[in-house]
Amino acid sequence: MGWFEKSPWLLHYNATSCNGCDIEVIACLTPLYDLERFGIINTGNPKHADILAVTGSVNEKSKQILKNLYDQMPNPKVVVAVGLCAISGCVFQDCYNVQGGVDKVLPVDVYVPGCSARPESIIDGVLQACEILEEKYAQQKKAKQSSPKSQTNQQQGFNHE
Amino acid sequence: MNSIYEIIQSWSILERMLVFFLLAPIAGGVLAGIDRKLSARLQGRYGPPVRQPFFDVLKLFQKERILVNKFQNFPIVLFFLFTVFSGALFFSGASLLLAIFSLALAGTFFILGGFSVSSPYSHLGAERELIQMMSYEPMVILVAVGMYQVTGSFKVAEIAQHQAPLILYLPGVFAGFVYILTIKFRKSPFDLSMSHHAHQELVRGITTEFSGPALAIIEVTHWYENVLLLGMVYLFFAFNPWLAIVASLGAYLFEIFIDMNYARFKWQLTFWSSWLFTAVAGVSNIIVLCFLK
Repeated sequence: MGWFEKSPWLLHYNATSCNGCDIEVIACLTPLYDLERFGIINTGNPKHADILAVTGSVNEKSKQILKNLYDQMPNPKVVVAVGLCAISGCVFQDCYNVQGGVDKVLPVDVYVPGCSARPESIIDGVLQACEILEEKYAQQKKAKQSSPKSQTNQQQGFNHE
Repeated sequence: MNSIYEIIQSWSILERMLVFFLLAPIAGGVLAGIDRKLSARLQGRYGPPVRQPFFDVLKLFQKERILVNKFQNFPIVLFFLFTVFSGALFFSGASLLLAIFSLALAGTFFILGGFSVSSPYSHLGAERELIQMMSYEPMVILVAVGMYQVTGSFKVAEIAQHQAPLILYLPGVFAGFVYILTIKFRKSPFDLSMSHHAHQELVRGITTEFSGPALAIIEVTHWYENVLLLGMVYLFFAFNPWLAIVASLGAYLFEIFIDMNYARFKWQLTFWSSWLFTAVAGVSNIIVLCFLK
């Protein structure tokens, strides 16, 4: 059994968001919503994080940073796309510098809709991400048992280019 | 309570060390859980369950091990071993002075761990940890000196069974020790190198580059350290064990209260204020004791 459901640590990255969704992510930490009652900590350090919450569409500048952050997170890890821009690019998808949603760059596990996403739906999305984290841990353990020499370092089922 | 002392005395030193090794992380983890719950309640939040620190550590042990270089985790393991060693010395009733020096050595290894990677955030955290260590170390040694002056022994077992109340002879030393406990517990306003609270730190200070199992070991070491420090608070009130336990827990709750009420100090203020407090409260207390004896 994994302990990821009980203590998921979150990393929040703003990839060209308008700050609407960022404010809602921060609002989850306030006494009204209090994310910490689920054991969730907003770490601000990719090496400590289990969940990467991305707000805003991905552009040419933030693409490399986003990949870098994801690579620095230890396995198992999940990505949550918070808000419509992170899902598809929304109204910015035709801009010359915008790539689109987060799933153009990283394997997204949970999509949290809304413009901006409500704190309730963000908390719901993060808790769903915890379940996926548990599944990934179980898969990783299985893969390790069947082939102990295989590198756990590699990304699971995802190619960067 | 005296019967408990007799039971402890009937054990050999190795048995006492083993009991400390097994029980201290449980006590330290519960204390950390109470800390988080109480901090949340003081901020008007509901807070995580009291068992949360155990969940965090168990999860960190299941995470992938990422190493920046192969020396990175070596100082952290030594940090763990020397902290456990000094705690075991203390709770088996051996020399207080040796326990304090061993704890200082453990702190040095933690700083070396911070310097062993090339991240500037980690380096900044390690430099701040050095400044913190310079701030609190004189006062910790004065505690041992003061206790020797009153009881005539550095052995923890003899200090704990001293009949006269140490707190009446060493009020200044105790006040100074509570002041630097804030630094040792990594509480605001002195949480310069590594904060427990999110987003108060340049990334994550000295622990920036540690992930998974190494981070879990740092956390568990911190629990051992807290139990040892509360044991030192216990010694001041050891003439009455029940009062001593209440006083240690009271000191811990007091530090949480201070943590919630102060913003972080700059390192200059941290440094000179703790040395000033050490001089005024600690050194003057010891000079007065010299004239009394």
